[in-house]
Amino acid sequence: MSSIGTGYDLSASQFSPDGRVFQVEYAMKAVENSGTVIGLKGSDGIVLAAEKLILSKLHEPSTNQRIFNIDQHIGMAFSGLIADARQIVQIARREAAEYRQQYRLSIPLKYLNDRVSMYMHAYTLYSAIRPYGCSVILSGYENGEPVMYTIDPSGVSYGNLGCATGKAKQSAKTEIEKLKLSQMPCRELVKEAAKIIYLVHDELKDKNFELELSWVCKDSNGHHQRVPENVYQEAEKAAKQAMEADSESDNEDM
Amino acid sequence: MFSAPPFWQNGPAPGSFYDFPNMQPQVQPNDFRQHTQSPVTTSTSLVAVTYDKGIIIAGDLLASYGSLARYRNCPRIVKVNNNIILGSSGDYADFQYVQNFIEQKVISDECLDDGITLKPKSLYCWLTRILYNRRSKMDPLWNNFIVAGIQDGEPFLGTVDKQGTAYSDKIICTGYGAHIATPMLRDALDNKPQLTQAEARAQVERCMEVLYYRDARSFPKYQLGIIDADQGVSIEGPLQVAQNWSVAHSIKGY
Amino acid sequence: MELANDWMNAAHSTGTSIMAATFDGGVVVGADSRTTTGAYIANRVTDKLTKVTDHIYCCRSGSAADTQAIADIVGYHLEFHSMELGEEPLVEVGANVFKELCYNYRDSLSAGILVAGWDKKHGGQIYSIPIGGMCVKQSVSIGGSGSSYVYGYVDSNYKLNMTKDECVKFVITTLALAMSRDGSSGGVVRVGIITEKGVERKVVLGDELPKFFEE
Repeated sequence: MSSIGTGYDLSASQFSPDGRVFQVEYAMKAVENSGTVIGLKGSDGIVLAAEKLILSKLHEPSTNQRIFNIDQHIGMAFSGLIADARQIVQIARREAAEYRQQYRLSIPLKYLNDRVSMYMHAYTLYSAIRPYGCSVILSGYENGEPVMYTIDPSGVSYGNLGCATGKAKQSAKTEIEKLKLSQMPCRELVKEAAKIIYLVHDELKDKNFELELSWVCKDSNGHHQRVPENVYQEAEKAAKQAMEADSESDNEDM
Repeated sequence: MFSAPPFWQNGPAPGSFYDFPNMQPQVQPNDFRQHTQSPVTTSTSLVAVTYDKGIIIAGDLLASYGSLARYRNCPRIVKVNNNIILGSSGDYADFQYVQNFIEQKVISDECLDDGITLKPKSLYCWLTRILYNRRSKMDPLWNNFIVAGIQDGEPFLGTVDKQGTAYSDKIICTGYGAHIATPMLRDALDNKPQLTQAEARAQVERCMEVLYYRDARSFPKYQLGIIDADQGVSIEGPLQVAQNWSVAHSIKGY
Repeated sequence: MELANDWMNAAHSTGTSIMAATFDGGVVVGADSRTTTGAYIANRVTDKLTKVTDHIYCCRSGSAADTQAIADIVGYHLEFHSMELGEEPLVEVGANVFKELCYNYRDSLSAGILVAGWDKKHGGQIYSIPIGGMCVKQSVSIGGSGSSYVYGYVDSNYKLNMTKDECVKFVITTLALAMSRDGSSGGVVRVGIITEKGVERKVVLGDELPKFFEE
């Protein structure tokens, strides 16, 4: 980074002379150090996929999850610091529960996104606290419509058709852009999502990873859940096959 | 007036904190308040009986406003999850409060995604705590709850009243049903300790009929909740009480 | 308490006749216009139909002070909520906000409220929130002290999917009957017709009300 430090990066409550808030930018770096997470909005729902990097041989599968349920119809995936993300998850769950208590209705994702964004933004304003070191993707299914948002550590949020955060977000985004998302049902998207995660995974730097897949769609009754075991197996198989086909064609080129 | 003030006033005393002079006086509890003290919109009896593989529970659809049969479509036998049915008699507003609370509890449990769901005995125990706590605040939830469920393959039937008094049994009836239906069902179980579902259903239907004849707050439209070890939870209704008034022909004079 | 002086200590209360009925395409709300303090008529042309949002109205019964305060709070709350969401709140949502207040403060409030309105999702709807703070959806609902005299009339004359005009007539007749038998109800009949287009208000003056057998 060109202008590291110079005293303006110690607090989130101070701008640098060229109008930047370094602490927030460093928080984004924390996000970029973590495994890739993508979200794809298809014709009938949303698929979230996460590359969970495994740092230890003693890691127990299916722990340290990267994708959470927020409410029946809402899911959240994150990249960045897991402990930070868990707090966001907790806040989001509380918002959803309070909304239901007040209005007897499940929380609209647009509203939840506003609330969580505001919350994350508040952590970029004070010197005594640091911004959240994670980006989150919110996925939901409301009135037959899939909805998706991402929120950055800065508190800025975007509505998306497809999104990626984490290590390989650039190459993942390029891959996502190749898909005709709006015409694809979730059953197809699950496979594409798995393929992308396998494709962007850097085998040299990060050896092991676990694929996490969730969806919220018509097939899941509008509920956010981990994809069923058979769908998962199928998607993982498709991804591995695509990788093999890929490496074979690479060899031919040589 | 005729005696000197205590020599050592407002000083430290064994076993208590020292009140420094010139400090704000301790706030005396001066907010004694009258809480609820009688229910407003009420539901009448519930009838529940255990059979060989499950439990049947019945309750009518009326919410009375004093003696006025005001709301005639108020379901109060509800499915909590795949192995619990909850029934309530007493104040309908309080029932709705508890119902919403439990609904959120179930959703929050689902969010954790650990495969653990609320068990009948847990809900039953939780209700005893909630109701006892509220009665201790002199602000009781004015209900009699019945929890029916399957735990470890065995039917479980328990009840909690507004004081938090609780017990479980093979037969539980609330309200007028405790006086009228309990003896009828005990009699049935004395004759045949293990009823089949059909027999239990016939007994419950008979109780609803008699209760309709003898309880001035009853209503001929009711719901039937069945929880079965094999078939799971079903809530049937609205059903109509079978009636027989032919005895009226034989009565002349007073 | 002496009857002549009861107004000296009694609270203003809308001892009332209120009702709401759904029809094809919306809902009709109606109320009498009498506010009493004891037996004294403090206001003979009260408006008990209170706007909450453009498409949600409430009919108030019980303590005038309590119900006005609740309606104001809910109105504020829903306006804020609709700004946050960028769309009009559902009737169900409005009813639940009323319910939360009525239930949580049931020991200090005396309020029986009908919440009626129209929304895109479910059309015309009515929610009844009686004194204990329960909330139940109904196709037709009556409330207030006058209602006890007309349950039979409503049960025998209300039909689902009436036309607007039939429904308005039904509401006026029901209220006129209730007002004629309930000393705490009277004056004019105020009616509000809530449809997709918004609210249309009507008043039937005391001397223009339908007449019935009197003896």
